[in-house]
Amino acid sequence: MRLSNRFAGLSTWLLPISILVGLLAAWELWVQLGDVPRWQLPAPSAIAQELGSSRSLLWDHTLVTLEEIVVGFIAALAAGLILAAGIAYSRVLERSVYPIVIASQTVPIIAIAPLLLIWVGYGLTPKIIIVALICFYPIAVNTVDGLKAIDPDMVNMLRTLGASRWQVFTKLQVPTALPFMFSGIKIGVSVSVIAAVIGEWVGASEGLGYLITYSQPLFLTERVFAAIFLLSIMGIALFVLAVVAERMMMPWYFNEKRSRSLNQL
Amino acid sequence: MSADTAVQPKIKIESVCKSYVIGGEREDVLTGVDMTVHAGEFVSIIGPSGCGKSTLLNIIAGLDRPDSGSVELFGDTTSDTKGRLGQTGYMQQKDLLLPWRSVLDNTILGLELKGVPRRQAREQALEFTEAFGLKGFEDQYPFALSGGMRQRASFLRTMLMNQDVVLLDEPFGALDALTRIQMQEWLLQLWESLNKTIVLITHDVDEALLLSDRVYLLSARPGQVTMVLDVPLPRPRRYNMVTSPEFSVFKAQLMEPLWSQIVGTQPGSASGTHTGRI
Repeated sequence: MRLSNRFAGLSTWLLPISILVGLLAAWELWVQLGDVPRWQLPAPSAIAQELGSSRSLLWDHTLVTLEEIVVGFIAALAAGLILAAGIAYSRVLERSVYPIVIASQTVPIIAIAPLLLIWVGYGLTPKIIIVALICFYPIAVNTVDGLKAIDPDMVNMLRTLGASRWQVFTKLQVPTALPFMFSGIKIGVSVSVIAAVIGEWVGASEGLGYLITYSQPLFLTERVFAAIFLLSIMGIALFVLAVVAERMMMPWYFNEKRSRSLNQL
Repeated sequence: MSADTAVQPKIKIESVCKSYVIGGEREDVLTGVDMTVHAGEFVSIIGPSGCGKSTLLNIIAGLDRPDSGSVELFGDTTSDTKGRLGQTGYMQQKDLLLPWRSVLDNTILGLELKGVPRRQAREQALEFTEAFGLKGFEDQYPFALSGGMRQRASFLRTMLMNQDVVLLDEPFGALDALTRIQMQEWLLQLWESLNKTIVLITHDVDEALLLSDRVYLLSARPGQVTMVLDVPLPRPRRYNMVTSPEFSVFKAQLMEPLWSQIVGTQPGSASGTHTGRI
């Protein structure tokens, strides 16, 4: 039982990693044996070399993009949670604001990006706004759903214990909403990297997205790949961070899930 | 009865009526229910499913507003439905434990809502975990507990509110027969030591007779009190009393109208045999 579990744990990592290594090896062989020109498709080894030799340049641009993402995401989180709380707490807000929030999602945010350049210029601000606008929606909508997913019997139980409306909100609605909120956060984190790159493509003088648009006409293809690699690493790291926060804030949720799945075995 | 507060009933219900709109049609759930419960009494309400027993407790607890009639809690005629919220200890059918709180933190929920500091509330709860069979499980999450334990945790949460009047809605309904007997025995001892006024809803004739000073029999919907049976069996009572001859006399008295009701409402079941449960 224990052994098979451990094997299952190992194989969940082993399988995707070996597939990845296999793909990289095939890529390397393809480039080396086929004599593919470097500007067309650099080999993984060339990209790794670029990551090493240009590390300070890449690092500087990584920090810029990371700042856009972190600040934008935190703004989206704060705005999303406040708005979700307002919508869940007040009928009036739910009827007036919620439809607008949902309708706003049909506006292509990429199309707003050039406007932001006109309004707030070329600095970090327009990128932060784009990241915030894109991350806001999944966080807000999921949290609203979570705050409303309460069991009416639980509400009655709290009322018979003398709970006020505010206490029902803090003791029941907020904890009920946590798993939903984290779903929104995980979606938000995943799209935040894309949002930052789009923001930089529209007009910027720094950041990994800028580095890509800058390096491409110069045929510095291995640098484009190095930037893409760093962007993915950033996305994965942020996602892992969200998962860690989720597990720390909701230990009960994962214990319960684990014990359920163990019982099924 | 004198106006002296000492003999004032804890609960006094007079001609309470309640109807709900079910499937587009207004249906009466309770029609003219009267009930009086005095301090320290153990009273049971028994009746077929859907006879409005839970509605009656909801009305007493302040969750539901009666269409007409009066409900007095502690002799207070002025308070409205909402004013009764938080005045009674109410344990519903489901244990309703919050999954994100440990057992101990679930039991202190009511105290916490009243503004008692957590540390102090926990100390208070820890004094009772042994008596409620929760010792050693204080830090577990509810999902890890058995049904009986969850029910006792829910019961401790209710009792820690320290209300004079405790309303229990089929607290043992979801438990298996043996656990239920254990819990009944346990509740008897607890009640004898706590001096609370208890109103219990049950489906179980033995449970009603064993625990109560008085049993109210409600009819099938619309619910009406069809019989009030005093149970002057000696106390302290223990579970083995259910097989005594005196007990059987009371059981026969209660089963008679209950049985005719079941037969009356469900013609197909007339050939069934007598059982203690309905």
